[in-house]
Amino acid sequence: MTKPLLAISGLTKAYPGVVANDDVSFEIGEAEVHALLGENGAGKSTLVKMIYGLVKPDSGSMLWQGSAFAPSDPKTARASGVAMVFQHFSLFEALNVAENVALGMENPPPMRDLARRIREVSETYGLPLDPDRTVGDLSAGERQRVEIIRCLLQDPKLLIMDEPTSVLTPQEVEILFETLNKLKAAGTSILYISHKLEEIRKLCDHATILRLGKNVGECVPAETSARDMAELMVGDTLQTPTRSAEKAGEVVLDVADLSLTPSNPFGTSLKNITFDVRAGEILGLGGVAGNGQDELLAALSGEARTPENTLKVNGQSIGKFGPNRRRELGILAAPEERLGHAAAPDMSLTENALLTGRIRENLTSNGFVKWAGATSFAENIIKAFDVRTPGPHVAARALSGGNLQKFVIGREVLQRPTVLIVNQPTWGVDAAAAAAIRQSLMDLAAEGAAIVVISQDLDELMEISDRFGALNEGRLSDIRAAAGLTIDEIGLMMGGAHGMEVAQVQDDAAQGASA
Amino acid sequence: MDLSAINPVLLIASLMVAATPLLLAGIGELVVEKSGVLNLGVEGMMIVGAICGFAISVESGSPFVGLIAAMVGGAVLSLLFAFLTQYALANQVASGLALTLFGLGLSALMGQSYVGIKPPAMAKLDIPVLSDIPVLGPILFSHDPVLYVGIAIVAATWAFLKFSRAGLILRAVGESHDAAHALGYNVILVRCLAIMFGGACAGLGGAYISLIRVPQWTEGMTAGIGWIALALVVFASWKPWRVLLGAYLFGGISVLQLNLQAAGVAIPVEYLAMSPYLITILVLVIMSADKSSAPASLGRSFHASQ
Amino acid sequence: MIRLEKRPMPSRTLPMITPVIAVIITMIAGGALFAVLGKDPIEAIRTIFWDPVFGEFAFYYRPQLLVKAAPLILIAIGLSLGFRAGIWNIGAEGQYIMGAITGAAVGLAFYPTESIFIFPLMVVAAAIGGWAWGMIPAFLKVRFGTNEILVSLMLVYVAQNLLSSMALGLLKNPEGMGFPGSRNIATNASTSSWINEAAGLHWGIVFAFIAVIFAYILLYRHILGFNIQLSGEAPRAARFAGVNPTRLILFCLGVSGALAGMAGLFEVAGPAGQIKIGFNVGYGFTAIIVAFLGRLHPVGIVLAAMLMALTYIGGELAQGTLGLPSAAIQVFQGMLLFFLLALDLLTNYRIAILPRRAF
Repeated sequence: MTKPLLAISGLTKAYPGVVANDDVSFEIGEAEVHALLGENGAGKSTLVKMIYGLVKPDSGSMLWQGSAFAPSDPKTARASGVAMVFQHFSLFEALNVAENVALGMENPPPMRDLARRIREVSETYGLPLDPDRTVGDLSAGERQRVEIIRCLLQDPKLLIMDEPTSVLTPQEVEILFETLNKLKAAGTSILYISHKLEEIRKLCDHATILRLGKNVGECVPAETSARDMAELMVGDTLQTPTRSAEKAGEVVLDVADLSLTPSNPFGTSLKNITFDVRAGEILGLGGVAGNGQDELLAALSGEARTPENTLKVNGQSIGKFGPNRRRELGILAAPEERLGHAAAPDMSLTENALLTGRIRENLTSNGFVKWAGATSFAENIIKAFDVRTPGPHVAARALSGGNLQKFVIGREVLQRPTVLIVNQPTWGVDAAAAAAIRQSLMDLAAEGAAIVVISQDLDELMEISDRFGALNEGRLSDIRAAAGLTIDEIGLMMGGAHGMEVAQVQDDAAQGASA
Repeated sequence: MDLSAINPVLLIASLMVAATPLLLAGIGELVVEKSGVLNLGVEGMMIVGAICGFAISVESGSPFVGLIAAMVGGAVLSLLFAFLTQYALANQVASGLALTLFGLGLSALMGQSYVGIKPPAMAKLDIPVLSDIPVLGPILFSHDPVLYVGIAIVAATWAFLKFSRAGLILRAVGESHDAAHALGYNVILVRCLAIMFGGACAGLGGAYISLIRVPQWTEGMTAGIGWIALALVVFASWKPWRVLLGAYLFGGISVLQLNLQAAGVAIPVEYLAMSPYLITILVLVIMSADKSSAPASLGRSFHASQ
Repeated sequence: MIRLEKRPMPSRTLPMITPVIAVIITMIAGGALFAVLGKDPIEAIRTIFWDPVFGEFAFYYRPQLLVKAAPLILIAIGLSLGFRAGIWNIGAEGQYIMGAITGAAVGLAFYPTESIFIFPLMVVAAAIGGWAWGMIPAFLKVRFGTNEILVSLMLVYVAQNLLSSMALGLLKNPEGMGFPGSRNIATNASTSSWINEAAGLHWGIVFAFIAVIFAYILLYRHILGFNIQLSGEAPRAARFAGVNPTRLILFCLGVSGALAGMAGLFEVAGPAGQIKIGFNVGYGFTAIIVAFLGRLHPVGIVLAAMLMALTYIGGELAQGTLGLPSAAIQVFQGMLLFFLLALDLLTNYRIAILPRRAF
C-alpha cells in the first residue's frame, strides 16, 4: 500500500471526569472503506470530531497525505478534503435543500447553478432529491441524502459517516451501500462509524475497534467473525437475556382505530392504529425514527388525550384520562428522551423518583410531599437496578446515559405496572446496562405485565418480543409473531425504501458504470 | 368636535413620521430574532439612543453627528446584553428586562441637564419639483432623510436575508445553532453582530423620537414603543416588508388617536391614548395562532460544550 | 486560556453567595458612577447604605424600610412562582395599579360610612382587581398562545391611562376644588391600611409575611410547588408527570396578579393616601429585580426587598444631602441585576484556566 491518506497517532482528548480518547492511532488508506467500531460512549464521535476540526486534541498528531494536519475548524478540514455526514443531522428544517447544501460548502455557486448540480449529483448516485423542498418535510432517509450530497459536491478525499444506517430501513441501507461502493470505486476513502457488525463485515476493508477511548485492535472485517469483533468491542462476555416462554394471558391493552394529530407541527400524525397486548406478553414495535413513535407513546402515557374507546385497559376506556389517572390504573410509561422528558436534568434523583412515583408509591398526602418516602423510593431504585451514583441527592444530568436509563426504567418497573410502554429502552446505553434493562423487562412480563417496547434496534426487538409490528408514517403494520421473521419481511413492514425501488438504483448503477 | 380639521394628506405624512421609530427598532429586532436571540431590551436601547442622540446633537450642533452617536449608544448598550446572553449564558428574558430597566435609569441620569432644551433642527429633504406635486409631494417627497433611511434599511435587510450568503448563515444560526456550529460557523460571533445591529437600529429609532418627531428630551419619552416594536416582529411573522406595513399601521393608529384628541372627539383622552396598546394586544392574539415562522432556536442559549 | 466547563451538578452554595458578590461589585461600580457625577463615592455609598439604618436620623428612616419593602415582597413572591415555571409576568405594575383602583373604589363607595368591614372588603376587591388584570395575559396565553410578556406589559400602559382617567373622573374628590385625585382614604380609619403610622406598620407588611410563609410551604412542601419548579426546568417532563400547563399558567398569573393588586391597595390606602396620577413609583418593575436577586426563594426575596427598600430610602437621602440625581438609584438597581445575571454563570459552569499548549 502507498502512503496512507490519513495517519493518526497518539490522539488523546479528555473531558472533565472522562477520557474520551486515550492515545488512539490508526491509518486510513486511499480509496479504503475504514470502519471505526465501538459501543456507544467508546469515543468514536470525539475522534471524528477531531479529524473534522470541531474538537482540538489534548495531544497527539495527524498526517494528511504525509504532511502535518491540525484543522482548527471544520472549514480548514473541508478545505483539505474531509467531509462529514453527522449522526444527528446538521440540517436546518426551515430552509430548503439547496440552502442546506450551500451552508455546508466553502464557495457555493449561485443558487440556480447549485440546484442544477444537486440534481446532477443526486441522479449520478441514485439518491433522488428536489433542491427546492423544505428539509422539515423530508423523511429521515431523504435528510441523510441531503447530507451526503452536500459532502459529495465538494469532491471529498475522505468522507466520514457517523452511524449512517441508524435512521434507515434495510432497503435504504442497501441503496446507501451501493452509493458508498461507487464512491470508493471513484477513489474516495470512507471512515465508517458503526456498532453494527454485519454492516461492517459487508462494507468495510479494514476496521479499528475502540473501547473506552482506547484502540483495542484492528482487523479485516471480511476475514474476522462477528463474534470475535464483538468480544473486542465489548470486552467481557455478555449476559444474554433469557426469555422464559410463558403462555400469554388475557388481553390487557386494547388499542382500536387510534388516530391522533400531533401538537407539534413537525410531528407525525397517528393513523388508524389497532393492536392489543396480552398479560405476560412483550409486543415489539419497530420503525425508523420519526414515524410516530413519540406520538404513540404520548397517546398511551396520557400526555395526549384520545377519543373515547380507542384505548382500553382491561375493558375500561382510558382515552380521556391524564397520566396520573392512568398511573392509578397501573399504566406506566418510559419515554425515549431521558433528559428533559423522562427525567428533569437539574433535579435530584429523589425529585425524579417523585416525578412518576407519586401516585403508586403514595408519596403525597393531601398534596404535601413525603420527602422521606421519595428518598427511600429513589434509594430502592438505585439498589434494585444497580444505578452507579453517590446517592439520591445527585442531579439526574450527572449520571451517565446507561445509569440514568436504568433509573428511568427501574422507576417504572418497581411500581408493578399492569401495562408498561417503553420507547428506546437501551438507546445510547452500554451493552451490560442494555442487557440488564432487557432482562428486567422480560422478568416483568413473566410476572404477568403487558409490555410494549418501541425501538429502532431490530436486534433488540427480535430478542425480546413475542410479537412484532412496525410503524411507518404514523401507520402500524400487521402484527406478526416475532419468531421466524426474516430481515426482508421486517424491512417491508417498516415501509421498504420509502417509495424508492431498489431495482431502479441497480439500473442507475449500471448507467453509472457504462457512462 | 370637528373631524374636518383632520387633513388626510397631513395625516398620512405624519403617520410615516410616527411609524419611523417603530420601523427602525422593529427591523433591528427582526434581525436579532432571526439569529435566534430574543432581546427584550429594545425599550432600554431606544431610550438610551434618544438621549445620546439628543445630547450629542446639542453639544455638537449637528443632528447627523447626534444620530451617529445614538446608533453607537444603542449598540454599546446592546453589547452588555450580548455579553450576558452569549458569554455568561444568562437567561435572555431576564437579561433583556435588565437592559430595559438599566437603560431607563441611565437615560434619565444622562438627560438631567437637557430637559427643556431645543435640539438643532434636521433639514427636510425637500426635493425640488417633486415635493410640490399636490398630495403625493407632501406624502412621499418632503420628509427628513432618516425616514428614507429607515425604508432603505428595510429593503437592505430583506435583500441581505434573502440573497446574501451572510444572511443565509444568520438564518441558519437562528434555526439550529447546534447544526450551524457543527458546520463550523461561529454562532456566538454571528449573534453578537446581530445584537449590535439591533442595538444600533433601536438607538437610531430612539433618536428619531427625541430629535425629529417630538423634538425635545423628557424622561421615559419612548413610552413603550420599544415593546410595541417587539410585538411588531411577531405581527410581521419575521418578514422585513411586513415590519414596514405593521409600523405604518401602528403609526397610523397613534397619529389618528392624536388627531381625534385634537379634534375633540367625545371619547376621553385616556381611552384614546391607550388604544395603540390595546390594538397591539389584539394583533398579538390574532398573529399568535401561527408560530411556525418563528426561528426555531429563538431564545435558547448556546454553549459549545463538546 | 480561560474556558467554561459545565459542572456535573448545579452548585448548591453559589446561588446563595452570588447575590452578595453582586451587591459588592455594584457598590464598587456605583461608587465609580457617583465619582463620575462629581460626588465623593465613599460618602455617597455611606449615605445610601449606612445612614438610613445606623445614621443620626435612623429612628426616622428605619420604619420606612418595611413600608417600602412590603409591596416589593408581595409582588416579588407572586412573580417568583411564575418565573420558576417559566411564566413571565412582567406587567405587575399594571396589576398593582388595577388593585389599587378597585380596592380604593370600594372604600370610596362606602364614604362616609364607618365600619371595620370596609377595609377587608377593599382588600378582597383589590385582590380581585389585580387577579383579573393578570388573568388577561393568562387567558390569552392558554387560549391563543399569545406571548404573556408583551401582553402583560402592554396592559401596564393601559392601566396607567385608566388610572389617569379615574383620578380625573370617576374617583375624583368632589370636594377637591378641581384638583385631580381621589379623597384621601388613608386618614379615615375604616379605609386606611395603617396599623400604626408612626411605627411604620401597615397591613401590607402583615400580608407580605403571610405570603412569604405560604410561598415557602407551597414551594418546598407541596406537590404544586414541585410541579411549578418542574414545569420551569423541564416542560416536557412536567406534562409526563401529569402537570396541566393551562392550570399552572392560570394559577401563577392569577396569584401574582392578586398579590400585586393587594400591594397596590395597601400602598394607596396608606403611604400614598389617594388615587392620583403617578402614585405608582415602579414597584412592579423593581419587584422583578427583587425576585431575581432573592433567587426566587421566599426568604431571599425578603432580604432582597429590604436591600431595594434601602436603596430607595438612601437614594432619597442622598438626593437631599448630596444632590445625587434620583435616576442614579435606578441605574444602580439595573446594574445590580446585570452583575447578578453575569455571576449566575458560576452556578452551572466553572471557569477553568488551562495552560496554553502548542498543538
